[in-house]
Amino acid sequence: MKRLHRWGYGLVLVGLLVAPLLGAYPVFVMKVLCFALFASAFNLLLGYAGLLSFGHAAFLGGSAYLAGHAMKAWGWPPEVGLIAGTAAGALLGWVFGAIAIRRQGIYFSMITLALAQLVYFIAVQTPATGGEDGLQGVPRGTLFGLIDLRNDLNMYYVTVAIVVAAYLLIMRTTTSPFGQVLKGVRENEARATSLGYDANRVKLTAFVLSAALSGLAGSLKTLVLGFATLTDVHWLTSGQVILMTMIGGVGTLFGPVVGSTLVLLLEGKLGQFGSLLTQLSGWEGFTALGQSVTTAMGVMFIFCVLAFRRGIMGLRAGKRRPAAGQDGA
Amino acid sequence: MQLFDIPASVLLSQLLLGLVNGSFYAILSLGLAVIFGLLHVINFAHGALFMLGAVLTWVGLNQFGINYWAMLVIAPLLVGVFGVAIERLLLRWIYKLDHLYGMLLTLGVTLVLEGVLRAIYGASGLPYSPPPALQGATQLGFMFLPNYRIWVVVASLAVCFGTWFLIERTRLGAYLRAGTENPRLVEAFGVNVPLMVMLTYAFGVALAGFAGVLAAPVMQVSPLMGQNLIIVVFAVVVIGGMGSIMGSILTGLGLGVLEGLTKVVYPEASATVVFVVMVVVLLLRPAGLFGKER
Repeated sequence: MKRLHRWGYGLVLVGLLVAPLLGAYPVFVMKVLCFALFASAFNLLLGYAGLLSFGHAAFLGGSAYLAGHAMKAWGWPPEVGLIAGTAAGALLGWVFGAIAIRRQGIYFSMITLALAQLVYFIAVQTPATGGEDGLQGVPRGTLFGLIDLRNDLNMYYVTVAIVVAAYLLIMRTTTSPFGQVLKGVRENEARATSLGYDANRVKLTAFVLSAALSGLAGSLKTLVLGFATLTDVHWLTSGQVILMTMIGGVGTLFGPVVGSTLVLLLEGKLGQFGSLLTQLSGWEGFTALGQSVTTAMGVMFIFCVLAFRRGIMGLRAGKRRPAAGQDGA
Repeated sequence: MQLFDIPASVLLSQLLLGLVNGSFYAILSLGLAVIFGLLHVINFAHGALFMLGAVLTWVGLNQFGINYWAMLVIAPLLVGVFGVAIERLLLRWIYKLDHLYGMLLTLGVTLVLEGVLRAIYGASGLPYSPPPALQGATQLGFMFLPNYRIWVVVASLAVCFGTWFLIERTRLGAYLRAGTENPRLVEAFGVNVPLMVMLTYAFGVALAGFAGVLAAPVMQVSPLMGQNLIIVVFAVVVIGGMGSIMGSILTGLGLGVLEGLTKVVYPEASATVVFVVMVVVLLLRPAGLFGKER
């Protein structure tokens, strides 16, 4: 099985490397990669620590703004901008985590949601974020003063390198002793505590790591697209990352990658699908609904919760062994 | 008359405005508490159902010529029926699962409801004026008090305390509370618990619908009006602690007033003060002001 996994990952990597040569639009693939990283970071928390954060948009968006501002207004080089964004995500995650971990279950989710809304309001009101217009025209610059990122192809391979490295880090984390303790805390917190582990500290570490990687995803997204907007910090984005993870399969390593790709593809094609239905049925409403990504997201949420809780990769995994504790995620 | 260099009229009018907002917080967090009590579902759809109440009110007047007073009864009923449908079709399948799934499922309902209504009515505000009997304002000597605002506060307080009385002081309420403690035992006594659960959900969301009707003339009626409100109400719930009915009413009102006061002293912070209070309360009392540590 391990060998099969390795082959699968190898194929994906080769696919990523040749995608632009085969005519894939690099900017879209880069966007997918950023969200795949975001969803994987989120899944590290939900799938392995069992904590449903409803405020992850704050890390994505907060870091996106900070890195964007640093690179645009202060003229920081891209590598420093990315590091600053990641550090900001980690710091914000530490603050959120320290507060939210005091409560469990739905309360934890509600608290992270409310804290993220605080960040949203700050983003609306701070002049540096450009308010409703967002932060526009962030320059890509040159990486280490060597690689010109204004070239889409250069940017593409840098993005692939960063996302793959971050993904390997997540993979390593889940198989490390720390990852095992994390799972132990998820399955039975009392038992982990009685074995001498500081459950809150373990959870906080996972939260900070997840937030830092989300911050990296956000700053990378700003670097790629050249802008950061209120959408990045809005709670709908927090909902979207939950959806991506659920569709792909909570607690599976590759699930969030599949989920984010599917959701973004769907988002892009939804309008065409709506127009097609209008042509077929003659009802204008389909066009309007096709433009409403919200509705589609809602339907997918309902479907996933009712009938598809294990997600795509979860179903695959389930064939090999009974999934343990996934429903408790 | 001046207080901290702020004209008293400004202070009082913001206080009143805060009390109006607080009334909405109170009704909504009360509905959430009632639903959570029996179903153990955090009803994320609460904000969307509040919005549905307001949009129905607008539709009633503009497409069917039904006036405000009639809608005050019709809209909550319709929202309640819609709630029955949600409970029967969706929620009842997930009671045995982790509570988080209830939150995610109702989030789905929220998104569908907002998306569909937005596709029909757009995102801009739909104008709605207060009914003739409540238009105008009363001169209090130091300020004009819009009559409609007084009505909102009075009506929502009446509904809140009516609900509190129903749950804490009547036989039906006793069944409800017993049902939250031990549904199987209550069922053994011959109470139809699934029916009770369904009606509780319907009642809880009808409260949200009622708040929506009240809000139609004071807030912009729009498919997006519930979106940010629900998160503030979640914060109210965290601050108050989910345990107590009275707690959610008092916390809701109190935070509305606090928000109004902040608007006078430091307007920039008024949208965030509730969240700041949440952080402080969590640091001091993780279970919330009225909550019990579980």
